[in-house]
Amino acid sequence: MVQHTLDATGLNCPMPILKAKQALAKMDAKDILKVTCTDKGSTKDFIAFCHQTDNTLISHETKEDQFIFNIEKNS
Amino acid sequence: MPENNGMTIIASKGTLDWAFPPFIVGSTAAAMGKEVTIFFTFYGLGLLLKDLSGLRVSPQGNPAMPMKMPFGPQWLQKIDFGPKIPNIMWNIPGMELFATSMMKKTMKKNNIATIEELRDVCLEMDVKLIACEMTIGMFGYSRDDFIDGIEYAGAATYLDIAQNSNHDLFI
Repeated sequence: MVQHTLDATGLNCPMPILKAKQALAKMDAKDILKVTCTDKGSTKDFIAFCHQTDNTLISHETKEDQFIFNIEKNS
Repeated sequence: MPENNGMTIIASKGTLDWAFPPFIVGSTAAAMGKEVTIFFTFYGLGLLLKDLSGLRVSPQGNPAMPMKMPFGPQWLQKIDFGPKIPNIMWNIPGMELFATSMMKKTMKKNNIATIEELRDVCLEMDVKLIACEMTIGMFGYSRDDFIDGIEYAGAATYLDIAQNSNHDLFI
């Protein structure tokens, strides 16, 4: 299991999702992607993205103006 | 892959503002695993040109468009000039370019992706971009005017693809 990180701070919808998708495509199954963004709609969007793509949203948290997601790639 | 996993979009508008929805929704749907096809027809065809510098937005006949300054003191940036400026003002030569320039500055300030970027992502994510062959002939374009990586077809092709789509949007 490898931990990858994606800094999507400053990017607006839909770029954090698109960058996450591109990062996940290069990863192996069971690897974790940690995404940091500032887009206020990102919490709902990442929940929906993971639901739709069968990746697992292990955790999401809000730290001040940052939203941090840990996504496990399933396949 | 479930059946009917497609998304089909008809992009019929070619102004700067309306250029965004097909590429935003299309790229996001592709990221979420859908097979996306966008069919560009009439004015939407312009969104596939190599040169997108002609994309403009006009407040003319567009009373819902907020008109806020993208720079200057905070109190000034809060004012919406849209309802304060008579629509006839937008008939003055140069006003459309001015409004377009303001819109582009506002987008840049808010770090909104450009149409070129979103279009590139669509191609990277295998979104199928189809140029309407009939419109190309009608508006006198040639294939050299368009970006690489797109397809050329007509309404029947679109309808055939839309058959396997459970999202079908007209924009």
